This record gives sequence, structure tokens and C-alpha cells, in this order.
Amino acid sequence: MASVTFKKIVKKYNDNLILDGVDLEIRDHEFVVIVGPSGCGKTTMLRLLAGLEEITSGDIEIDGLKVNDLPPAKREIAMVFQDYALYPHMTVKENMSFALKLRHFPKDEIEKRVKESASILQLEKLLNRMPKQLSGGQRQRVAIGRAIVRKPKVFLFDEPLSNLDAKLREEMRVEIARLYQKLNSTIVYVTHDQVEAMTLAGRVVVMNKGHIQQSGTPLDVYRKPQNVFVAGFIGSPTMNFLRGKIEKQEDFFYFSNQSVKIFLPLFSFPEVEKYSGKDVILGIRPDDIILDDKKIDHAHKISGNVEVIELLGHRENIYIKVGDQKILAVGEAFSNFSPGSLVEFSFNYKNIHIFDATTEKRINS
Amino acid sequence: MKRETAKQILIHLALISAAIICVYPLSRIFTVSIRPGDRVISTDLALIPDGATFLSYMKLLKETYFLRWLFNSLVITVTTSMIGVSLASTAAYAFSRFNFFGKKSAMIMLLSTQMIPAGMLILPLFLMIMKMNLMNTYLGMIIAYSVSSLPFSIWILKGYYDTIPKSLEEAAMVDGTGYVGAFWRVILPLSAPALSIAFLFNFTSAWNEYLVARVVLFSSKQYTWTLGLFELQGQFITQWGMFAAGSMLVTIPVLLVFLYSSKWLVSGLTLGSVKG
Ligand SMILES: Nc1ncnc2c1ncn2[C@@H]1O[C@H](COP(=O)(O)OP(=O)(O)OP(=O)(O)O)[C@@H](O)[C@H]1O
Ligand SMILES: [Mg+2]
Repeated sequence: MASVTFKKIVKKYNDNLILDGVDLEIRDHEFVVIVGPSGCGKTTMLRLLAGLEEITSGDIEIDGLKVNDLPPAKREIAMVFQDYALYPHMTVKENMSFALKLRHFPKDEIEKRVKESASILQLEKLLNRMPKQLSGGQRQRVAIGRAIVRKPKVFLFDEPLSNLDAKLREEMRVEIARLYQKLNSTIVYVTHDQVEAMTLAGRVVVMNKGHIQQSGTPLDVYRKPQNVFVAGFIGSPTMNFLRGKIEKQEDFFYFSNQSVKIFLPLFSFPEVEKYSGKDVILGIRPDDIILDDKKIDHAHKISGNVEVIELLGHRENIYIKVGDQKILAVGEAFSNFSPGSLVEFSFNYKNIHIFDATTEKRINS
Repeated sequence: MKRETAKQILIHLALISAAIICVYPLSRIFTVSIRPGDRVISTDLALIPDGATFLSYMKLLKETYFLRWLFNSLVITVTTSMIGVSLASTAAYAFSRFNFFGKKSAMIMLLSTQMIPAGMLILPLFLMIMKMNLMNTYLGMIIAYSVSSLPFSIWILKGYYDTIPKSLEEAAMVDGTGYVGAFWRVILPLSAPALSIAFLFNFTSAWNEYLVARVVLFSSKQYTWTLGLFELQGQFITQWGMFAAGSMLVTIPVLLVFLYSSKWLVSGLTLGSVKG
């Protein structure tokens, strides 16, 4: 139970700038999920916080206490490593009690805590096994167990589910969400996986190239991405981006390029007046493209040709081409579109995202 | 199924012949050691010769300093091996885990010392040990031996440490150890196979060493068994019976050390620590 503060954290490996002045404040009992593309510095953030890596400049505080020079052992942090890192020469029980033994906890207290954690994670029957006698999912649970017996101030998880198969990952995700309710502690969780980020996080921190791009609730980063990177990174399938200009015709505003012309009602872009004639990027999620004839805005509908259809079970991806503009829409499965056929659609105006073409920053509120 | 059996047979054949090649000379020495004194140099091939006797053993133990030599050898060898392994295990850790100036060249230098023939080192070793006033002492021998096996041990251990994932130590440090604690509680236990190989290497090379001992030790009572046994090669007659008996006896400690350490030689200990 603790707050964590990153203040202007810079991290360089030799001359490579990995983190470029990261500021992040994590409140007590917050579940923060850090997402970002591979190599953007997520693991580095955790390692700096754990004390496994030296900070080039800036400060890290835990509960208001500067920990820059504190060795990992003194930080009261538990970390679940991406590769689990179980001690191969110790049984599950020994793995879990290792940290407590080092801190000279009394035997019965150790026993009690190991038992407690083992029952939360359903490890009771495995306590005397060696790590090599466990399945991937079991190892992963032991790694979590090793962390929770310590009741640390902060938990760090580095892509803990990335090595598991889809079904197990789902189970463990629910498990972790339940643990969080029970443990009442601060969690910093790194992942590639959007679903994990959206379902687990109290706050999502999107990183790219050593910078925090946006930090907010899952709904926030999904509904109001602050820039093109976040918009493209969060959400699956990826948002459509259309480059064009804002045009005014008879008191109405439109987004247009040589292939499409899209009506922009004022509520979707209240600041539109200011940008009239300017270059912008319009973002629209595939789910926000309306194909249903009853819901389409018939006054401003757009028509295109279906290029490819991917059936995904209950939904399908429909790749549409309007002139030279490619647009991906998601529709109900078996919608009776076929490649080459004509399709009419309109945008869900509530969820249109407009970005400045040069700064790539969001401009509609 | 048939292929498996054929493979098994081939493997067994190879192993059996290797075993015979190893054991045969030993069996001859054994035979010689229990022949009666007047017939040591006979062409008889029986494993247990006519009139077999332990007389040579008795004579060896009673009439020479053999037990004393064995004791000297043991003290020197065991101390050497322990010092060698402790120095190598820590040095190798530094080489494996830390970056420091001159690391690469130091590793190569260590390797290149192994290419200098032992004979060439005798004179400098002699001079150094003399200057340190350690001639004819255990300490002189121990120093000479521990440093000579060090490079090899360091290479072996460094290679082994390199295969241990770094995240294990990091986990230990997050769990509450320092660098030393992580080394002691995680790296060392995991390195048991490599440590025992380094120990065996130190042990056998010190146990069987002759040249350096010849130069450093000069009183009969301080001899290691190698010097002692060769003293039995008299100028005019060599006591082959006693020589063989001695040879048999000195294999016993090595055998025991091998048997004991074999349980540590199990590999695959790092299995299951990381990933799935
Ligand atoms: N010890 C190191 N020496 C030099 N560069 C390093 C070192 N560790 C990491 N890096 C670099 O720092 C950058 C960030 O690495 P980091 O491990 O934090 O990425 P990540 O966001 O966790 O990526 P992934 O999602 O693939 O795990 C990468 O470009 C990596 O090459
Ligand atoms: Mg990573």
C-alpha cells in the first residue's frame, strides 16, 4: 500500500535514450497498466522502480520517500518477472518462503502466509514440487504466490501472462483481478495485451518511444485518445485514419479528401469552425461504421465497394474501398456482403476523432 | 523397436570396450602388487597369481613413509582444491556478470597461460617459492597448485554461470538479498555440477602432480606420494611389488572423491526455472 512517483525520469543505456523524462504519479491502491509497443521502455520502468537498474536522472519516490539509491531489497517491492524466475533448486514452498526467511520472520508466520497464498492461488497440492515439475500456468501462479506472501507495498508485474495459452490467460486475468480486490495494494502491470489493459486497469498508461503518450482510465484512452499514436494503439481492430481537409459548404462542415466526403455534425467536432480549410486526420473505429440500413444517416451516406471479408465467428471484418480510400468496418457475421458488391455506410458521429495533421494531437473535445 | 535394441547393443558394446581398456592396466598392476616377491617380473597372466600375498603392501606401509606421503598429498590436494574452487567461483562470477575494464583481455590471458607447457613454468615457480621462503612446505605447494588450475576452473565456471538466467539473481535481490546473498543462495547451489567438475579437476591434477613437487619438496618426509613412489625406483633395483601396491592404494582417495561428487554432477538443475 503505497504511492509511487516518477519525476522526470531519464534512462540511457550508453548513448541510447530509453526513457525521456517520464513523469507519472501512481496513487495508493491504484492498478496501473503500462502498455506500449515492444521496446518502448515498459520493462525499463519496472526495473528502475524495483532498483534493478540505475536511473540516469530524475527521482523515484515510494510513499514520498526518494528511493533512487535504495537497493532492491530495501524497497519493499515484489516483482513477477516476465520469465517467472523461480528458483529451480527450491520447492514451491521454499520459493514462496524465501523472502520471508531472509527477513527472519518467525516460522509459524511464514507457514501461515504460505498456506494463505497457496490457497488463494490453488497451489496447496503443489507445495512440495520442484519448479520443473510444474506446468506453465502453475509456474506462473507460483511466481505470483512468491510475490503475495510478502505483502509488499507495490507489486510489479512484467507481462506475467504472455507465456500462457489463450484460455489460461483468461483464467489468470480474472484471478489477478480478484487478487487485486483482496490484496488492497498498489499494482504496476506491464502488458502488450489490450484486453488485459482494458479489463484490469484502473488507469492505463500508454507509452511510446520513451514518452508517456496518455494516461487515463481505460474508457478515457479508448473514447478520447489524445493523439494518433494512442488512437491507433488502443482498440482492435485498429482505428481507420483518413487524411484530408475540413471544408465548409453552406453552413455545414465536411471532412473531405479526393475519395470521400464526410459530414461533420457540430456535436462531433464543436471546434470545427477554427479548423476550416486546415489539414486534419480523421479517426474512426471499425465498430463505429454503421452498415445497418435502418441506422444509416441516409442524407450523408457514403458508398463504396467491398474488397475482402474476414469472418471472425460472430462478427466479420469488411474491407471497403471508396475511391482510393480504404476503410475497415466491422459488421454482424453473415451480413450477405460479398467481395465486389456495393456497400453503403455512415459514421457514428459521436465517436469521430479529429487530429491535427502535423502535431497528430487530438483537436475535437 | 528393433532399431532401439540395436542402438542399445551398440552403446553397450562401446561402453564395455572402453571400460575394459580402462580397467585392464589396473588389473595388471593389482596382479603385480600381490605377487610374491621373487616373481614380480613374470609373464604369467592370471589375475590372482600363485602364492598371492599382501607382503608388498605390508612392506610398503612398514618400511617406507608411505602413509606420511599419502597424508601430505591429501592435505595439499584438498586444500588446493578448496582454495582453487572458491577463488574460481567468485572470479568467474565477476567475469560472467559484471562489465569492467579489461575483462575480455583478462579472460584471454587466463586462457593463454594454459598453453604454456608445464615444464616452462617450473623455473619461475621455483624462484618465486624460494624467494617467499616456502621451499619444502605445504604452503608453497598449495600456492603453486591452486594458481595453476585456476584459469581452467574460471573458464568452466564462467561458462556455466552464463547459462543461468540473470532474472534469478534479480528475483533474489527483489526478494531481499544483496549481490553476495544472491550469489550464495541462488548461483552457487545451482552451479553444483560445474563446481564439482572444477573441484575434481583441481583434485586430480594436484593429486597426480610430479614436476613441481620434485622441485619444491626435498626432504623425504615432506614428499607427496608421487615423489615417494618414484623413490622406490632404486638405482639398481626397482621394488616393483611395492610400487604396484602403492599405485593401487593411491587410487582409493580419487575413487572416493569421484563417487561422492558424482551425485552433484547431475545436470539440468536449471530446468523449469524460467518460461514454459
Ligand atoms: N541492458 C540494456 N542495454 C542496452 N539497451 C537495453 C538494455 N535493456 C533494454 N535496452 C533497450 O531499451 C529499450 C527498452 O527496453 P524495454 O525492455 O524496457 O522494452 P519493453 O517496452 O519492455 O519491450 P517488450 O514489450 O518487448 O518487453 C529497448 O530498445 C532495448 O533494446
Ligand atoms: Mg519488456
